[in-house]
Amino acid sequence: MVLKGKKVIVIGERDGVQGPAIEICIRSAGAEPILVLTQCFV
Amino acid sequence: MEGQETIKGTVEQHGKNDLLVLLGSPDANSAELYAETLTNGDPSWAGPLAGVSLGLPVYHIMEPEINAQIDTEVYKEHLEFLEIALDVKKITEGLNRVRQKNCTLNS
Repeated sequence: MVLKGKKVIVIGERDGVQGPAIEICIRSAGAEPILVLTQCFV
Repeated sequence: MEGQETIKGTVEQHGKNDLLVLLGSPDANSAELYAETLTNGDPSWAGPLAGVSLGLPVYHIMEPEINAQIDTEVYKEHLEFLEIALDVKKITEGLNRVRQKNCTLNS
C-alpha cells in the first residue's frame, strides 16, 4: 500500500502508538491525515 | 470502539477513493477488532457502524510495508523505540486475516 497521495484516518491508541505520532510519520511519507484519533482500548 | 460516528461521517464526507486507515494498536487483538469494524461493520452490533461495511483498507503503522515509507529521521524519533514493545508479526497476521476475508467477500 503506497501512502503518498492517500487520505488517511488515523486511529492511534494510548497504550500503543498515539495518533499525533502516526500523523507526523505519515505526513513525512506524503499522506494526508483527514482524521486523527487516539483511543483507549478496554 | 470509540469514535465510530466520527469515522462514518468522515468517510461520507471524503469518499472511499484513496482512503485508508492506519492503526496504532498495541496488540493483535485490538488491531483485528478495529480492522473488522472498519471493513465489515461493528461485530458487537453496539455502535453506529453495526451492519455498515465500509470496506476500508486497514494497516498498522508498524507493518514493514507501511513504515518503510516514513522518513528515516522521523521514524527514529517517533516509532523506532516501539519495535521492541509491539509484536508486529502477530499484529500483521491478525490484519492479514481480516484483509483476506474482506478480499474473499468482495471477489
